Amino acid sequence: MRNEMHLQFSAQSQNESFARVTVAAFITQLDPTMDELTEIKTVVSEAVTNCIIHGYENDPDGIVYISVIMEDSFIDLTIRDDGKGIMDVEEARQPLFTTKPELERSGMGFTIMENFMDEIDVHSSPENGTEIRLRKHLIKSKMLSN
Amino acid sequence: MSLNIELETKNNVLCIRLAGELDHHYAEELRTKATEAIESKNIRHIVLNLEHLSFMDSSGLGVILGRYKQIKQLGGEMVICAISPSVQRLFDMSGMFKIMKLETNEQFALERLGVA
Repeated sequence: MRNEMHLQFSAQSQNESFARVTVAAFITQLDPTMDELTEIKTVVSEAVTNCIIHGYENDPDGIVYISVIMEDSFIDLTIRDDGKGIMDVEEARQPLFTTKPELERSGMGFTIMENFMDEIDVHSSPENGTEIRLRKHLIKSKMLSN
Repeated sequence: MSLNIELETKNNVLCIRLAGELDHHYAEELRTKATEAIESKNIRHIVLNLEHLSFMDSSGLGVILGRYKQIKQLGGEMVICAISPSVQRLFDMSGMFKIMKLETNEQFALERLGVA
């Protein structure tokens, strides 16, 4: 069965917890494990934080868009902003790489997203915003379908 | 869910106890409060107690690494204690445990720094 949810909100840091908790509440329908739920929440937090800090550079008028599509045991998560985009996506994905070390950014956001999800696609170009598509297959559901 | 930051000074050790969720929104508050305490109270070492931290992301790694660098410059150590498996995964991924010390609880962490 297919089910979807779309969310948009101001690019303000207090909305980071709102975003991850809302996505987690939606996917609870698939009965994920606690680890899977934590992984999804962490990934949402990483991507939304990137939209706020890097995409919109803390401009609170920016809007962050999240779509979640669940189909069978697959979760497709899309997180998008209309911000300034990424100059070099390959470089941005390197562990510990950050353009904002003065803000004490760890440079681990993309590494965590790659580790916690099965697939990741990053579409970005300067001044055209960034869209991150992430896919995850839930383990428990995997066992049931075998 | 918010972040509760408890700071206590024992000799020259700053005990930082975190409860709740540490993300980008709360990282700045932690950075400010911890830095202020380190600079004003003649602090040499940090014990970071994560027993009641229910969520953390890479913004947490960043602010913790920042305090580690700060205390190292003062010739001190940082010991992290009571870490949950999900938070530990992030530390493992970033390689931060190669440079930081880990103990099971605050008492052991303080003993390691020669305070308790």
